[in-house]
Amino acid sequence: MTLFERSARELQEGLHNGEYTIADLTNEAFSRIEKLDGDVQAFLALDKEKALQRAEELETIPTGERGPLFGLPIGVKDNIVTEGLETTCASKILKGFIPIYDATVVKKLRDAGMVTIGKLNMDEFAMGSSNENSAYKTTRNPWNLDYVPGGSSGASAASVAAGEVPFSLGSDTGGSIRQPAAYCGVVGMKPTYGRVSRFGLVAYASSLDQVGPITRTVYDNALLLEAIAGVDPNDSTSANVPVPNYVANLNGDIKGLRVAVPKEFLAEGVSEEVRQSIKSALDVLKGLGATVEEVSLPHSKYALAAYYILASSEASSNLSRFDGIRYGFRAEGVKNLMELYKETRAKGFGEEVKLRIMLGTYSLSAGTYDAYYKKAQQVRTLIKEDYDKVFENYDVIVGPTAPTAAFKINQNTHDQLTMYANDILTIPINLAGVPAISIPCGFHEGLPLGLQIIGKHFDEETIYRTAYAYEQATDFHKQTPQIWEGK
Amino acid sequence: MAKLSKEEVKHVAHLARLAITDEEAEKFADQLGKITVFAEQLNELDTTNVEPTSHVLSIVNVMREDVAVKGLDRDVMMLNVKEQENGQVKVPPILED
Repeated sequence: MTLFERSARELQEGLHNGEYTIADLTNEAFSRIEKLDGDVQAFLALDKEKALQRAEELETIPTGERGPLFGLPIGVKDNIVTEGLETTCASKILKGFIPIYDATVVKKLRDAGMVTIGKLNMDEFAMGSSNENSAYKTTRNPWNLDYVPGGSSGASAASVAAGEVPFSLGSDTGGSIRQPAAYCGVVGMKPTYGRVSRFGLVAYASSLDQVGPITRTVYDNALLLEAIAGVDPNDSTSANVPVPNYVANLNGDIKGLRVAVPKEFLAEGVSEEVRQSIKSALDVLKGLGATVEEVSLPHSKYALAAYYILASSEASSNLSRFDGIRYGFRAEGVKNLMELYKETRAKGFGEEVKLRIMLGTYSLSAGTYDAYYKKAQQVRTLIKEDYDKVFENYDVIVGPTAPTAAFKINQNTHDQLTMYANDILTIPINLAGVPAISIPCGFHEGLPLGLQIIGKHFDEETIYRTAYAYEQATDFHKQTPQIWEGK
Repeated sequence: MAKLSKEEVKHVAHLARLAITDEEAEKFADQLGKITVFAEQLNELDTTNVEPTSHVLSIVNVMREDVAVKGLDRDVMMLNVKEQENGQVKVPPILED
């Protein structure tokens, strides 16, 4: 039993009634981590002393000034900078790096009265789909420790699924919030590009990256997105679009909702059990009064190739800042500056990161720029237009989050293209810049499956409304892994 | 595009400021070859007159008042610098003799 099986609202009630204090909730997170993280391996750094100190400070704030997330613990993905707390992006090249400011989202968590517990493992620089690309450790799936939690925000999803923390932040460039949320049976939202500030998110692919919330329920997810969203003068790509009260319309009513199901999302490569779970989910939505129709997103199959060129190109530029001069790891015994750069980067970056830097550098080189980079950007336009067209007639697009349930650790590490194929259903969404959520919709051999609900630009509201109605009509979100009770 | 040669891979590694061994060059040639062959499926699409998308939002220029604000303290900014002297970042020789 843990307090973290309660929702944010229930946790607030307990605080209000004096059942426990904020320090008790903070300690609960650390004791859950102590009990479970030897198995789950989610946290890279813990901030116990400061977290408990902050819990005491928060206790003095009067109830009337507290919001819905006040006093609640949260874990933060390790590519989001936290002042005074080591931030490595799970890379050796940033070992020992202590940020000197907080990311905007971290400031916003603080403004909401949340308590940061620690930093969560990930694939190095968010490049990966399994957390196996971390330079430090492989996080494991709480539903079955032999399986991956997904990636790159694998530990953000696993820590919430294991009940170590009730909330976490992840980041999503090609599916890195939604795919692990699906694999771990939790709720993960990739907001509209520009909805959440990227200031202080260590950049992987700047035109695709978004920070987003991972929680156990849709309602809590909506609360957390509202807390972190909004325009930021420090991020000129954050959009000046008002942030709605997302929970205001969560009433379970989706009568008349127009749901589109792209035939490409249930095509070859998507496993039979995933297809069945989506068909059942569509029946639930129909039963709630939604209309469901098949549509086509004809350029879907090109998204994966376009993504790897664009994301790697942006990465090769973004990661040029890691040069051993100003922060992190620095190679020793070098003769000159060029050798310092080359040796630092060769020793500091892992295999997958180097491969993507190489791919990106190659794609952007004279002679290949038009054939690869520009071509991929043009294909991106076609993909975005597919979505624009469907959204002229529909409110949401629904399909699976991933083609299968989680796979075994070490199963896909031998071949990049097989590994990349896990993201085939999430990548187009980042290219189009639209928001999408993954929520639990079934199990296969004890491993969770995810339902993906995609919305129009800046219409997270309709996604949450749909997800909430589905969640209330089903009970997949109420199940917890065996590990939840401890051994 | 054909498979990359080892020499091409070494050139790209130099552009990317990555030291690589002969063995690594071979491995990268193989891996990059597979990925670029995969990427060539994009050529199935006619993209004549299709505008490239670099960014999905219609935001173009974001302006603000030109008012100076205080930045971070120099001491704070130097906290993560491995080698420094008199408040300045120190690097190995840039020019060789």
